[in-house]
Amino acid sequence: MFRLLGNDAPEFVEIELDAQRVSVPAGISLAAALLLLDALPTRRTPVGAGPRAPFCMMGACYECLVEIDGRVNQRACQVLISAGMRVRRQLASAVPEAEA
Amino acid sequence: MKAHYPLVIIGAGPAGMAAAQTAAAQGVEVALFDDQPRPGGQIYRNLEASPLADPAQLGKDYVFGRLPIQRFRQSGAAYFPGSAVWYLDRECNLGILHDGVHRRLSADRLVIACGAQERPMPFPGWQLPGVMTAGAGQILLKSAALVPDEPPVLAGSGPLLLLLARQYLRAGVGIRAIIDTTPAGRLWPALRYLPRALAAGDYLLEGLQMVAAIRRARVPWYRQASDLRADGDERLAGLRFRTRGGLHEIETRLLLLHQGVIPALQAASAAGCDSEWNPRQQCWQVAVDCWGESSQNGIFVAGDGATIGGARAAALAGQLAGLQVAWQLGLLSQTRRDRLASPVRKARQRQLSLRPFLDSYYRLDEAALQPDDATLLCRCEEVSAAQIRAVAQLGCSGPNQARAFTRCGMGPCQGRFCGPGVEWILARQQTVGVDRIGHYNSRPPLQPVTLGQLAISEGEQR
Repeated sequence: MFRLLGNDAPEFVEIELDAQRVSVPAGISLAAALLLLDALPTRRTPVGAGPRAPFCMMGACYECLVEIDGRVNQRACQVLISAGMRVRRQLASAVPEAEA
Repeated sequence: MKAHYPLVIIGAGPAGMAAAQTAAAQGVEVALFDDQPRPGGQIYRNLEASPLADPAQLGKDYVFGRLPIQRFRQSGAAYFPGSAVWYLDRECNLGILHDGVHRRLSADRLVIACGAQERPMPFPGWQLPGVMTAGAGQILLKSAALVPDEPPVLAGSGPLLLLLARQYLRAGVGIRAIIDTTPAGRLWPALRYLPRALAAGDYLLEGLQMVAAIRRARVPWYRQASDLRADGDERLAGLRFRTRGGLHEIETRLLLLHQGVIPALQAASAAGCDSEWNPRQQCWQVAVDCWGESSQNGIFVAGDGATIGGARAAALAGQLAGLQVAWQLGLLSQTRRDRLASPVRKARQRQLSLRPFLDSYYRLDEAALQPDDATLLCRCEEVSAAQIRAVAQLGCSGPNQARAFTRCGMGPCQGRFCGPGVEWILARQQTVGVDRIGHYNSRPPLQPVTLGQLAISEGEQR
């Protein structure tokens, strides 16, 4: 759905998405990376299990919630990519219990 | 981070940066909290670390931000990026999440500069993956150098839609179509504001250039469109809409929406600031005096968070708030305050001179906020327009009651994306003006916060 504007070759780093290693540009938000990877939907809603993906990209809509390093319901648009981060899309119809 | 500051500012957009710089220049000790990693707000987002080879391709209004950002960086204000303000009250107490740690602090004066958000544009299917706001498209361009990999459809009404189209065209991205929902007959009533708008002739000229660039690129431009409907199963597949020419159907995987911007009221509402209806801009705004001070003494609201005026006007409002805070704290004489404020007020008037024209031409189409029953009004709690109409028929009088009845607005976004839709539907059902319907009152937590985060408060070890 999106591509990188071919200005400069950005530095890529590896993260883990749904237990797969993927390479994404460093320094961009996780939501931007998920869109670049076309990893849609990024979650299912807890009420009706509907598919959702980033919508506002400015932290207001909470549509881009994902699990990051074991913590659920993190706004992917507010988190910058860091090498090795473990990301899981919340694709189950019920939200898992938060790990302590 | 200290436990107390004479002035706390929320938001590092144009208004917050200017308020910080102005107050700090008069000797006020300032702390500024912002949720982004770098200063600039949405308008100058990521300008300091742009991934674009030439940020100027986004237009001169974007790179204009370099100077205010630099001045803010040099102002001496304590700056805490990556901070979420989840609590605030009328006594200027704040609860802040910073680096995963919760801290409480207090202030003598507070400037809320939380800016605007896009006015939600609900229609059937707007929750599908692949439907995003035009602002989101801009943020992806500014912060990640991402552009659509196939020509997107842009739909709605307002200057930002045209600006995004032009930015994409400049970046070599085609536009599949512009679905313009601006109703017919808007130019004539707007023309009477044109003489005043000429004071901001450079903006007018830029607008004309945007239109010309879109025309040159031969982008299909559907006018007076209505009845939008996004189709798709797991993600957007296409868009249907109506014009005077009949029904249209366009296949697309990316749809970017815009229907103007409205003040982000949540923080000011939580602090108990009175709001007022702006009939020209058809939205709620925070009631403030000529310095930006709200109905709560010592709590200021500056920039688009108070009233929509754009980035330059927001910065000037921030300066006025900064001067008044310095005066209230005894660091500036009244004479000097007024002398410094006078040119700022004049410049702000000039910046605002285009608004009546824009507000009239792009006045909200009320029919656009009476969506089909099947529309998911509350995206978080999945409440449909039909459910809101049903509680209205039961006698539900306002958004706060509707929230209690249906959970509409109780999800994580705290009503940011369903509030206006609920207001307009209730107003229609009760046959009263939206100004009599009111808006959601916000209360902390303004952002979701976990008990675990609250347990790890300042001074305690993890």
